[in-house]
Amino acid sequence: MTTIEKTKPGRLDSEELLQARTFAGDAWRQFRKHRLALIAIAVLSLIILGVLIGPFFWTIEPEYIDIMAAYQVSSPEHPWGTDSLGRDTLARALQGGRVSLMIGISAMLVSISIGTIIGLASGYFRRLDNPLMRMTDIFIALPQLPLLLVLMMLFREPLKASFGVEGGVFILMVSVIGGLQWMPTARLVRGEVLTVKSREFITAANAVGSRDGRILRAHILPNVMSPVIVAATFSVAAAIITESALSFLGLGFPPDFPTWGRLLFDGKDYLTITWTLVFWPGMLISMTVLCVNFIGDGLRDALDPRLRK
Amino acid sequence: MGKYIVRRLLTAIPTILVISFIIFAIVDLSPSDPTGNLPLTIPPAVRQKIREALGADDPFVVKYVKWLQQFFISEPLNLFETSFGVTLPGSEDRVRVISWATRGPVIDIIAERLPQTIWVVGSSYILGVLIAVPVGVFSAYRQYSIFDQVGTFLMMIGFSVPTFFTGLMFIIIFSVNLKWFPSVYDTTLVVTDIETLQMQLRQMFMPVTVLTLYTTAQMSRYTRASTLENLQQDYIRTARSKGLTERVVVTTHAVRNSLIPVVTLIALGIPGIFAGALITEQIFRVNGIGQYLIIAIQGGDLPTVQTVTFIFAVLVVLFNIVADVLYGILDPRVTYT
Repeated sequence: MTTIEKTKPGRLDSEELLQARTFAGDAWRQFRKHRLALIAIAVLSLIILGVLIGPFFWTIEPEYIDIMAAYQVSSPEHPWGTDSLGRDTLARALQGGRVSLMIGISAMLVSISIGTIIGLASGYFRRLDNPLMRMTDIFIALPQLPLLLVLMMLFREPLKASFGVEGGVFILMVSVIGGLQWMPTARLVRGEVLTVKSREFITAANAVGSRDGRILRAHILPNVMSPVIVAATFSVAAAIITESALSFLGLGFPPDFPTWGRLLFDGKDYLTITWTLVFWPGMLISMTVLCVNFIGDGLRDALDPRLRK
Repeated sequence: MGKYIVRRLLTAIPTILVISFIIFAIVDLSPSDPTGNLPLTIPPAVRQKIREALGADDPFVVKYVKWLQQFFISEPLNLFETSFGVTLPGSEDRVRVISWATRGPVIDIIAERLPQTIWVVGSSYILGVLIAVPVGVFSAYRQYSIFDQVGTFLMMIGFSVPTFFTGLMFIIIFSVNLKWFPSVYDTTLVVTDIETLQMQLRQMFMPVTVLTLYTTAQMSRYTRASTLENLQQDYIRTARSKGLTERVVVTTHAVRNSLIPVVTLIALGIPGIFAGALITEQIFRVNGIGQYLIIAIQGGDLPTVQTVTFIFAVLVVLFNIVADVLYGILDPRVTYT
């Protein structure tokens, strides 16, 4: 790219043009034009930072019970109020955020990995295509939320026994959410692989005797990464919502282990007494999901060269 | 077309069977015991009898085949009898899917609860689509206008904020503070006159609004995207250049084509709203199917969980076919072979 530009010295009037344009650079230039996505990155960083280092500054123990201070809406000591046992909502929301975000990201990794592998295999190996796609169809027809609830109910006890209460529910939550959300990614990746596979450079790679594994890893995977990244972003949002929904229906983490959804579930019985108990965790869920979705929108515009202006 | 529908329905049968097997097998892993909720004074021998009577100790395959027979043969025959008021031979010996919790047929309870779900969910879905389509079309037609920018921003919010949060906020604002609407749905209410009709509408307001907001946000995003794509097509330029009025260009050329994918998405979304109603019904205590499923899951009522989950799955498969068929009817370019 640079060599071509150097042969036309007339156009090189700024230092910027001298530098090679990379895909990431182009994408970032496009991404910057999406103002809402930039704001979303700022807000999301704030939430993540708050959740990560917040507990070091807001030092009230999330589990500290102070019955005398119960049901506060907002006060100097408890700006976000307290619950029925006088536990501080801000401290609990910060701690709960760690779990909710961790679940969102881990479940995304699970679903994207499964989806990408199945999509690659199904698009590349013709013999696997039909069985894998039939399996995907069946997974799509499974009713998500009811099945999630059933699985949570069934496997909570055995996993609790082997990984501890929190660890067991965490593993279960991540694998169940990830295991039921990979289908759109698999279809997407398969479609991309089918178009990339027929291009000349794959034929060339075949001609020089590259093995299937190498072609998939070095030639096909990099070319299908853009849609996968976009899908990954949206799937973080979906996983956070699903975790909250499960916790909200009372089938998530145990009561003394707060997540944003669990806080909503616990707070919904005290709506008439204190509204801050559900307001702040709900706001955090909504803001996080909103930001992630905006970033996904921005990434989709930025990573698709056809949409660039 | 008729041939295509028949073929799709026939190929759906193995899918449905596989799904029923998966659901049945997963739920059957549960250690739930039908006598778990009974008083401790009942002696073990009696408990054993109850378990045997409900078939809880049968081997897995026997249970599965029995359930298949109950669900696919007994229940349809029973439905036929009750709807036509006739009695077929062998009516007394027919075993139906029996709930472990109520000891009554699961299908009867579903039939009792279905109207509430359909009223709340159905009306909000229709309302949502009716609002979303014009909003999406206008938003696309005036791309980058104030209306479009505010609209897409609101759509994103409506799409991102989970219904369980909007629902709770509605209760705080409209029930607790303003006291305009009741927060609990009263199913015993029978609409007889203007006053009860008013009460019915008032108690429906919050759950319906919450679900409508979500549906509107989702559907208007699709409508907008689809209309935008069509407005850039060559045939729109052709239509304009041959002097058609803007109104005709937009309504009969662009919108008609843009709505094809939207209609299929509407069909595909119908099973999803039943699942979404799980949460809304829980917030507003509407005693519909979603709430029934949650009660059954918490109570370990396996036959109910299996049956309700399976019905949800059948809806997904069915509406997938409906969406494909609708696409074929609406879009003459798509041919089925």
